[in-house]
Amino acid sequence: MAAAAPEFSIDDYLLQESEKDLLRFSTAGSVDDGKSTLIGRLLYDTQSVYEDQVRSVDGKGTTAPGQIDFALLTDGLRAEREQGITIDVAYRYFSTARRRFIIADTPGHEQYTRNMATGASTADAAVVLIDSSKGVLLQSRRHAYIASLLGVRHLIVAVNKMDLIRYNERVFRAIERDFRLLLAQIAADTGSPVELLFVPVSALLGDNIVHRSKAMQWYGGPSLLELLEMLPSSLDMRDMPFRFSVQRVVRPDHSFRGFAGQIASGTVRRGARILVQPSGESAEIARIVAWGGDLDEAHAPLSTTLVLNHEVDISRGDLIVSSLAPATVARSIRASLVWMDRRPLEVHRRYQLKHTSLTVPVLIASLESRTDMESITNESAQTLEMNDIGVAMLDLLRPIAVDLYAANRHTGSFILIDPESNCTAAAGMISGAWRHATSSRSLRANASGAVTAEERSAAWGHRAGVLELTGPIEIIDLLERSLFQEGAVTCRIDTRDAALETDTGLLQALIRSTTQAGLLALVVTPAEIDTLTVRVEGEQIVLDAKLPRKVIVAVHDLLARSGILLSREGEESR
Amino acid sequence: MRLTDIRIRTEGPSRSVTCLPRLNYLRTLEAESIHILREVASEFERPVMLYSIGKDSSVMLRLAQKAFYPGPIPFPLLHIDTGFKFKEMLAFRDEMARAVGANLLVWRNEKAIASGANPIALDTKRCCDLLKTQALLDALKHYNFDAALGGARRDEEKSRAKERIYSFRDRAGQWDPKNQRPELWNLYNARIHPGESIRVFPLSNWTEVDVWQYIHEEKIPVVDLYFAKERLMYVRGEALVPVEQAFIARPGEMPQLVKSRLRSLGCSPCTGAIRSNAGTIPAIIAELLTCRLSERAHRVIDHDQEGSMEIKKRGGYF
Repeated sequence: MAAAAPEFSIDDYLLQESEKDLLRFSTAGSVDDGKSTLIGRLLYDTQSVYEDQVRSVDGKGTTAPGQIDFALLTDGLRAEREQGITIDVAYRYFSTARRRFIIADTPGHEQYTRNMATGASTADAAVVLIDSSKGVLLQSRRHAYIASLLGVRHLIVAVNKMDLIRYNERVFRAIERDFRLLLAQIAADTGSPVELLFVPVSALLGDNIVHRSKAMQWYGGPSLLELLEMLPSSLDMRDMPFRFSVQRVVRPDHSFRGFAGQIASGTVRRGARILVQPSGESAEIARIVAWGGDLDEAHAPLSTTLVLNHEVDISRGDLIVSSLAPATVARSIRASLVWMDRRPLEVHRRYQLKHTSLTVPVLIASLESRTDMESITNESAQTLEMNDIGVAMLDLLRPIAVDLYAANRHTGSFILIDPESNCTAAAGMISGAWRHATSSRSLRANASGAVTAEERSAAWGHRAGVLELTGPIEIIDLLERSLFQEGAVTCRIDTRDAALETDTGLLQALIRSTTQAGLLALVVTPAEIDTLTVRVEGEQIVLDAKLPRKVIVAVHDLLARSGILLSREGEESR
Repeated sequence: MRLTDIRIRTEGPSRSVTCLPRLNYLRTLEAESIHILREVASEFERPVMLYSIGKDSSVMLRLAQKAFYPGPIPFPLLHIDTGFKFKEMLAFRDEMARAVGANLLVWRNEKAIASGANPIALDTKRCCDLLKTQALLDALKHYNFDAALGGARRDEEKSRAKERIYSFRDRAGQWDPKNQRPELWNLYNARIHPGESIRVFPLSNWTEVDVWQYIHEEKIPVVDLYFAKERLMYVRGEALVPVEQAFIARPGEMPQLVKSRLRSLGCSPCTGAIRSNAGTIPAIIAELLTCRLSERAHRVIDHDQEGSMEIKKRGGYF
């Protein structure tokens, strides 16, 4: 154990560390491109591997005696070491004097493409390895496509095994030319421009990995590590519109009610005007609560707790946003999907969609296209299988507040969960958002015969029902507004209508045709009294009409209990 | 019905000037961990935090305090006591639970302990299987916990580098590394069937030095065994074995006073100490920056065979 250098000062060290920024990058390559070797070399040459870890692999690999098989450093699973392949995404950590790095090391072979998307989802940059003797393969296309689709902004193409082709510049330049053409095509498809950088390397011999190679004077550029140190740091989320997804309502006693979450983007200040989505209620920030004392201002990616200046109905999954630049409250979205489950995508099947801290049921309304990786073109398709990428229209059975993925990685992304197996079925990136559901249209296109109640319920996002209301018209208006904001399609029937008074059978006929249309009938009897009487399917409650918030919550609960509205999941903690 | 395309505004009308600096690397990790802790508390019915008394657990406990402040930590702590933990650790554990106001549960495999299980009578692997893995699985089952938070980090060991933050376990508590759920962005899939569970690792992206820096900045209490002192040790070549259990002594072996500390805390027979002069947290950080051996190099248990950590994790170890 070495002793500390006498001049070491922890304060200087911590100051130096506090100035370091973070770069997350993913790595991808085809089988035998030497990716594990490259990472092993990067870790070894930056002294990020401990001696006992090197010792434990020395002499066990497939390299020549005396050489360390760097791949064995990174392949953590026994099956990987036995088969000489990388199976699963692994995370590595290293640091230079300038920056901290997190590597998402992802396997390249086709059946594990889902892991590539996983690694790229949090990456600012991607390193794609190409074997100089093989050139740009289908796998390289796939890697570049996924990186671009997942919004990785910088792509470093490391052309490896240069030693095997005698450091031939012409081969390197040809790969560079091919790759630039490929990426122009990909960027046109994904709409996400990526900065491209090229470096010729030999991971095995260490050429241009950490230190610049003497064998390739014609290159003269920075090594891979130097490139990684030079890239702009991770995207600054602070200047984007404020987004804060409520994870939990913190309510230790009646005097405190705060909303805990992580700032996804933007900055928030005490006194700032905010909007709660999807409800649309507004309030001001009264306190930004933190363990060490309240803050005046906070920005992404801080985890904090917000207190508002007046009581607003907020629960887990609600999005608190800047009132100047709100998100879109959507009932249907278009999204790119990377399919990750063995069970293929089924159009019209229900999945669970997790977006920020909200999980809602969703229906795949239609599949617009699948991307052919070889030609980077979109073709029509009936399904997506594991490792396929395509574009689909989805109907949300409850409205959620979203942004486009190109504008915000946090509020523009989601995962789909299979409701039977609970597997993560797909990763989704939102490219369009609409206020209304599309399923009525898509179902019509694909179904025949009479329109069923189920189709209607899928289209409206709720079941048909009758809500009878007797009380002041103001509270009835407020209540209908709140149902409307939840996405309910309501149809108001006023019992005092002159036509109904003359023919009592007409009221029943009206209600019948409304419910047959799958709508929520509000059978309203205005009365200037202090209470609101609510009746749903035989259940009746009487509420104080002067407490609108309580009325709204109680009626929504009643409708959820009776199965007319979908119940809200993950209600606030108690 | 006509579709109405709503254009999403990508930027606000007024761009304000931010005066605070960006969160540095450590505070970014803190925010990520707090996000994970809150997700677990909100999405599972019966979560628990595995509290091992070590430095990582100490950091995780502080993060939990912060995550739910000003409310209390909304889940209990669970310590798996093998009966071979250092006395100082147990005293520290009880004191911490009291100070934090947490509900501490302690679970021991009493049957195995009573039948004399120890790493010398058995081998280290079978001892671990009984006193740690089996005890953990029994405790999780007994209390019906559906999520267990652990302080493991990906930089500790190479099979851990392949772990998800939400690590799915089947009804037997087993890990299948080849069939893990993809984990994208910060969206964690908490859906499970009855009997299945998730192990959650909020410190996944922290390194050993990050943990110590955070302990330093936050002034988090840690067990005194981490700091170098003259301690009685059996010296066996490079290995230092703490004098804590009588059965560990070899015939005729005499302990010596050695200036030493523990780099990671575990059961006293299997946790080797290191020679060190680092008596303060800054000295520990300085030592780590120049150290060329991994944290687990001094442990006896991880070396049993190639891939031993992976095998234990597949069996249900945390």
